[in-house]
Amino acid sequence: MRIGYYPGCSLQGSGKEYSESLFAVAEKCGIVLEEINDWNCCGASAAHSLNHDLSVALPARTLALAEKQGLEQILVPCAACFGRLATAQQELVSSEPMRAKMSDYLEMPVKGTARILTVFEFLQEHIFPVADQYIVNKLNHKTACYYGCLLSRPKDLTRLEFPEDPMEMDAVMEMAGATPIDWAFKTECCGAGLSVSRTDIVAKLSAKIVEDAVSRGAESIVVACPMCQMNLDLRRKEINKQMDKGSDIPVMFITQALGLSMGLSADKLGLNRHFVSTGKVVSCVGRKEV
Amino acid sequence: MARIGVFICHCGENISATIDVEKVAKLAGKLSGVAYSVDYKYMCSDPGQTLIVDAIKEHKLTGIVVGACSPRMHEGTFRKAAEKAGINPYFCEMANIREHCSWVHPKSDETTRKALDIVRTMVEKVKNNTALFPIKVPITKTALVIGGGIAGIQAALDIANSGHQVIMVEKTPSIGGHMSQLSETFPTLDCSQCILTPRMVEVAQHPNITLHTFATVESVTGFIGNFEVDIRLKAKSVDFEKCTGCGSCWQKCPSKKIPDEFNAGMSFRTAIYTPFPQAVPNKPVIDRANCTWFTKGGKCGVCAKICPTGAIDYNTEDTILSVKVGSIVTATGFDIKHSDFFPEYGYGKHPDIIDGLQFERLASASGPTGGEIRRPSDGKEPETVVFLACAGSRDKAKGIEYCSKICCMYTAKHAMLYKHKNHHGKAHVFYMDIRSAGKSYDEFVRRAIEEDDVNYIRGRVSKIYEKNGKLMVVGVDTLLGAKPVTIEADMVVLATAVVANEDAESVAQKLHISYDKHKFFAEAHPKLKPVETNTAGITLAGACQSAKDIPETVAQASAAAAKTIILFSGSELTREPVVATVNRSAAPVFTTCTGCFLCQEVCPYQAIEREEIRDRAGNLLMNAAKVNAGLCQGCGTCVAMCRNKSIDLQGFSNQQMLSEVMGLLNEPF
Repeated sequence: MRIGYYPGCSLQGSGKEYSESLFAVAEKCGIVLEEINDWNCCGASAAHSLNHDLSVALPARTLALAEKQGLEQILVPCAACFGRLATAQQELVSSEPMRAKMSDYLEMPVKGTARILTVFEFLQEHIFPVADQYIVNKLNHKTACYYGCLLSRPKDLTRLEFPEDPMEMDAVMEMAGATPIDWAFKTECCGAGLSVSRTDIVAKLSAKIVEDAVSRGAESIVVACPMCQMNLDLRRKEINKQMDKGSDIPVMFITQALGLSMGLSADKLGLNRHFVSTGKVVSCVGRKEV
Repeated sequence: MARIGVFICHCGENISATIDVEKVAKLAGKLSGVAYSVDYKYMCSDPGQTLIVDAIKEHKLTGIVVGACSPRMHEGTFRKAAEKAGINPYFCEMANIREHCSWVHPKSDETTRKALDIVRTMVEKVKNNTALFPIKVPITKTALVIGGGIAGIQAALDIANSGHQVIMVEKTPSIGGHMSQLSETFPTLDCSQCILTPRMVEVAQHPNITLHTFATVESVTGFIGNFEVDIRLKAKSVDFEKCTGCGSCWQKCPSKKIPDEFNAGMSFRTAIYTPFPQAVPNKPVIDRANCTWFTKGGKCGVCAKICPTGAIDYNTEDTILSVKVGSIVTATGFDIKHSDFFPEYGYGKHPDIIDGLQFERLASASGPTGGEIRRPSDGKEPETVVFLACAGSRDKAKGIEYCSKICCMYTAKHAMLYKHKNHHGKAHVFYMDIRSAGKSYDEFVRRAIEEDDVNYIRGRVSKIYEKNGKLMVVGVDTLLGAKPVTIEADMVVLATAVVANEDAESVAQKLHISYDKHKFFAEAHPKLKPVETNTAGITLAGACQSAKDIPETVAQASAAAAKTIILFSGSELTREPVVATVNRSAAPVFTTCTGCFLCQEVCPYQAIEREEIRDRAGNLLMNAAKVNAGLCQGCGTCVAMCRNKSIDLQGFSNQQMLSEVMGLLNEPF
């Protein structure tokens, strides 16, 4: 089965370690990810608040290119990209006039029938069945799996069984030998795109998330969205000011954590690219059970 | 020679605005066999009916066609008119030119032509009509009431008090239902058990009521007036004839850690148990799934040793009791969603997040805390309690779009009871809307807000989590500035959605009654037949139909009882003669039926019987099919199946159908 890959801007920039670790894990498991040729911006977050047609057309072009490439599955790791692509797809599939209009705009046919995978689905369907043989380290520590908003909602798009209390990453972390904690801020908002314009709001919202995770004994926070990771990591200085007692809890991508358990090097997984040191998590590899 | 009368109704402007009624009447008058044709403004009115009666007499009509509305509307009216004029009422046919024509087409010549087509087909049909006579069916004047909650109790007592026999079936070991679990009742705050238990006792002692507890309905066959019901009497393991209800057995039973259903899981009961002290009957049964004797193969046996009357019998088995009843009242009640339904409220993992029924038990004098409101986790008095209305209800994302109806009122009651018992406590209620439409209901809610100082917050709660021993209730106040609010609570009560019982679907299928997508039983008509089901002779009472409070349940139960008593008021039941018949003729032919019995296989109502035709000496000549007119519903499946046209449907015979089609095809004008 060929699996297409749509990086979006984040995975080439601020979330580079996400793609590095994703590719490292995929390579380890013998899975090849095929990047969609000539892909373009998904349109988040500006397009859909400005022009509806544009918000469909941008993802539609990417979907059309994937079809041209003969890809039946596309992995979209970024939460925002996934949201945009899946929303546009839903419109394309349900409306013949919309398909016709988009084909006209793009000057190429578009059906929108390729399956768009969230990173959770990718892990469940492609990594889970083979992971056992590659997991060599136990990440013996307590971890808080943080899902944020766009990977959990709306339910129609994300297809999670319990969008209010998702367990998909918890299952991965358990497999990696960590102990996922039961905590209260799994699906809260990190502040997202306000990171630049209203850092104060991001600091306030993200502080609640970090605080709850830390107060329940978590030693790491695991995420699957580049925006969440950036806010919790890059804005830690501002976040710490909002908390009674600052925290240096590292925030890593689910693929980085999985890679660690597969014995991949911190370098290869991009664990040295973080603002808050991930050294603590790296060092807990092979530690005694918690 | 047929002399048919055609009567075209204007129905005010309902028909005449789109159809040229005068033209239809005029042309219909020219049809072969039509002796008289006329149009009139309101055929169903008194003068209209008189017009028909007079015309039949004056023109010696042998049959009539009324071109008007649907037969469901006025067929009965016009058949009565025909009967009054001295002809068999089944020589009256309706040509539906309203629902099937004027209401669905614009005014045009085509529409008028279609109306004439419809009239013509019915004229052709009525020429082949035969005189039919209503079928009389005997009635078994015993009612079956399924469910022993307040709905079943009320229905059973009403029917029994009218002098008829009642068989009540209740699946748990005691009657009383959810009402017996409630503390006080709104809007008067009178004690639920105090008003219910006398009625429970009345049921047990009523000479006309036979009570079967710990029993379920196994199967239902037959039809209105003549149902045959198999009841499964679950093995009680206790001989009620010998048992005196002394209670020694359950006091000594060593299996003491079984969650008590009556206390909504907040205390424990034993394996041999009576559900609660006022249970009716007040005799124990053994819960075999949790009894050591049954789970560990004959170990224990303490209850048998201790029983002074030797009433314990581990070897009893389920038995099936077959009864005949004339009508069935379905009063199987409801369930509620439990806190484990809500991931956002912690899946019910926190012991101090409870549902409404659990709060009822906490507030009840017979409950696990003796009526003191103390939280389950540590038994402390909660200083702040948050009540959440609409937990699950009116929430499309949860798959429950409907309003659970009782929660607004019981939440106000809960907050009030809490304030009455814990004077210094603080009660908050999160609500969407306050739906308190009922006698003295709104006054009750206002009392909670104004006199008992309950803080009502209009908004939803997004999540509840624990922090430093407190339950953080995160919600929004959508009024006055619309801001997020977080309340640190000691206990949270979720007014969870009212849902159908887990076994509702299987009960409905056994009874052959319809149900909606939420598995609530469907009434025959949402406005005019709210008590009946689509299956004649089966009525609904209480929350098995939709969420209801006690007064509404009691009212519906009495209505269901009234329907039953009406049915039982006559000596026999009159049914429409639209049933299948197998042709019969004189010897030596007897019938054209060859006895293949394909009809028997396809009949959905088991209405086809096997008849042996014998000569005078008693020798078997042939087997033939015979239709039981009491069971036959006139669906016509057997007619379609019959290989040599030996079965026909009265009123809709093959010949009549063919005439209709030919009438439609042969356009004379």
